[in-house]
Amino acid sequence: MSTPALATQQADVVIVGGGGAGCSAALHLAQRGARVVVLERGLVGSQASGVNYGGVRQQGRHPAELPIARRAHALWQRLPELLGTDCEFEVTGHLKLARDEAEEADLVAYLDVARVHGLRLRLIGRNSLHRDYPWLGPRVVAGSLAPDDGAANPRLLAPALARAAIAAGAQVLEGAEVLGLAHDGAGFVAEAAGTLFRAPWLLNCAGFWGGKIAATFGEPVPVSPMSPLMLVSEPVPWFIEPNLGVVGGNVYLRQIRRGNIIFGGGRGENDPAIPYARALPGPAMRAMRLASELVPALAGVQIIRSWTGIDGEMPDHLPVIGASATTPGLLHAFGFSGHGFQLGPAIGAILAELVFDGRTDLPLEPFAIGRFAGTTASTMGDGT
Amino acid sequence: MSAPVSTVAVVGAGPAGTRAAEVLVRAGLRPVVLDEAPDNGGRIFQRPPPGFTRPYEALYGSVAPQARALHAAFDGLRGRVDYRPSTLAWHLRPGTLHTLSDGQAGQVDFAQAILCTGAMDRVVPLPGWTRPGVTTLGGAQIALKTQGCAIGRRVAFLGTGPLLWLVAMQYAKAGATVAAVLDTTPLATKARQAPALLAGGRAFLTGLRMMAWPRLHGVKVVEGATPLEITGTDGVDGLRYRGGGREHVLACDAVAMGWGLKPETQLADLAGVPFDFDLVQRLHLPRRNDAGRTPVVGIYLAGDGARIGGAELAELQGARAAWSVVEDRGLPLDLPEIARLDRAIAAQAGFRRALDLAFPYPHALAAEMPDATTLCRCEAVTAGELRAAAAPHDLNRAKALTRLGMGRCQGRVCGPPGAEVLAAALGCEVSEVGRLRGQWPVKPVPLSMAAE
Repeated sequence: MSTPALATQQADVVIVGGGGAGCSAALHLAQRGARVVVLERGLVGSQASGVNYGGVRQQGRHPAELPIARRAHALWQRLPELLGTDCEFEVTGHLKLARDEAEEADLVAYLDVARVHGLRLRLIGRNSLHRDYPWLGPRVVAGSLAPDDGAANPRLLAPALARAAIAAGAQVLEGAEVLGLAHDGAGFVAEAAGTLFRAPWLLNCAGFWGGKIAATFGEPVPVSPMSPLMLVSEPVPWFIEPNLGVVGGNVYLRQIRRGNIIFGGGRGENDPAIPYARALPGPAMRAMRLASELVPALAGVQIIRSWTGIDGEMPDHLPVIGASATTPGLLHAFGFSGHGFQLGPAIGAILAELVFDGRTDLPLEPFAIGRFAGTTASTMGDGT
Repeated sequence: MSAPVSTVAVVGAGPAGTRAAEVLVRAGLRPVVLDEAPDNGGRIFQRPPPGFTRPYEALYGSVAPQARALHAAFDGLRGRVDYRPSTLAWHLRPGTLHTLSDGQAGQVDFAQAILCTGAMDRVVPLPGWTRPGVTTLGGAQIALKTQGCAIGRRVAFLGTGPLLWLVAMQYAKAGATVAAVLDTTPLATKARQAPALLAGGRAFLTGLRMMAWPRLHGVKVVEGATPLEITGTDGVDGLRYRGGGREHVLACDAVAMGWGLKPETQLADLAGVPFDFDLVQRLHLPRRNDAGRTPVVGIYLAGDGARIGGAELAELQGARAAWSVVEDRGLPLDLPEIARLDRAIAAQAGFRRALDLAFPYPHALAAEMPDATTLCRCEAVTAGELRAAAAPHDLNRAKALTRLGMGRCQGRVCGPPGAEVLAAALGCEVSEVGRLRGQWPVKPVPLSMAAE
């Protein structure tokens, strides 16, 4: 007997990857009436968008990303209305710190970038900084405060987006690994969960694994797996209001209202084939030292857990966003290089516009997949 | 600073770890022996602090000879093992244990590691269990053993298993008032296992004596009890329970409770040992064979840290796992001794299984706990909140949504009862909701440990 034929299901859009971008795309597309199917290998938000630091930050982004970050910021403020939950998003301010003169010069230089994009920033000199934040360590010489930035609970975002998408009519399939993916001339065909899904549109929101999908359609990119490592402490009395970063990004730190200190820096180990990811003790201990240099009072705090996930990292640290250069109907949004959490909600909105309107107001040229044309390998070594 | 990579590491200096180290020394090796506690003996044979003079018989009761023998064996190894007390192993990567000692991070590189990580109390959260005055059975026993103090003046003992009866007896003998012994297992369940328990010989008789003791001394005993609530205003003033078809209130100022033990499997998990669901103990347990080998090369398991089997079995398994290490290193073996160990381990199987069945974890009690019960005490998550978030069949997702198991204990206490609550809410088997993912550190570590 031959194997039974797979059931076929027709959709308007098939989305591979149920992270923040994929689930947001599902929501925005379903809201405009599209028949949407999200195919997620594990559970929604299992990797980069669900197990990150939770920073919701515009400050410090590459100028090319700022328009998207600005749009995302507007969506973050509307989460309760869009999703029925705020995902614990709180505007705490993002305070980026300099530990020497060169780093301070970086902060100053970024003021012009921010001004062009309408991002409010306030530079704080050494004396004012230590007066306003007396718990900062002596090595900190200057800070730049983005009062509109903040943080959220990453574990809640993708599940909340998925719930809202389902309520809007989208189908979100968890435990649905894509076993086959092709364009048969008439449209895309994706095999998952014992079904052949057919659609004229395919959205590649598969994070690190998005590289494999791009390669399937003849446009390999140099994406590598990255696992930013995170640590969390026991709860201690609340005293750190802003989300803290540093020039260069080797440590970042925030305290949630219930008291836990969440911080990160450096990379963990991973094996995307399993997928497996775990924080590494060496880099973690470096992050601990850097954290207690920023905030010396943390020295006595107890660490209760570490974690990480897998994101895709591009050589230029910019994601791939936009239309495929080889296959009409294929849209990419992957390779967020460790800073896609804040962007996720806007990415979905942009992808929905590309599907329905064929255009978006935001400049996507810097993210075009064509910038890697000529690449043959789909992966390369860890780009730290 | 780190040891040469031919090192054998033994984690835990309790019954399993001590006997493992003994075999390794006999084979001409000098193992590194780590223990989180300041002294050896494990929880069951924990030594009192220096200066305490209570005799073995008072401290360890009927197992005093075993305690004395184990301590003597360990004392005989001093100088021949690299013993590192007060050392927490908080992570294990291939070939390396990451440690915390004197507030400083360190590491031990190894070729083989025998994990003898022991066990902790297994509890069923119930309304009021987070009140001051409520302690686990093991905690109550440690207070008595190492500090010579009781957890209250009038103590109720609640739970099931040999430890329930043992600690109640020890408290009474030490002069505390035992308000009652409430065993959640009906007498009939225990009686059904009596024929198989007979195989335990001396251990069975000891058990019978322990269970008869309260009755012979006028202590109230209720079997098949269903606890409803631990009451009180500041601390504990009573325990409400159902027994014999009626509701009762027992006056007490402290409650010691526990439903057997659960293995401390975090290091095995971090080492990558696969876990299987054990239908009898209703827990996911690390896979290993009777010789202590796991599917991960270089990682061996012994004692209660792998599966609850008690101190006697732990000693046998510790020695057996060490012989596996000796064999895997190509050193000469004592084959008659290994055969004796294998026979002794196999001979315990029937008795241990009967013991598990005689004192089952009351999973229905866990599954049916009232919505308002604090299930995760670190993060103050109620059973009702977990039920409301029960969407996919996955305990880790439920954790992500509710914070269950996200606090200081990292789900070591609330994980198994949480799985029962979630499975019941979803109408599936408890094995289907999985287990909480392990991450380092195994226990909290100070950020300052990284200082250079």
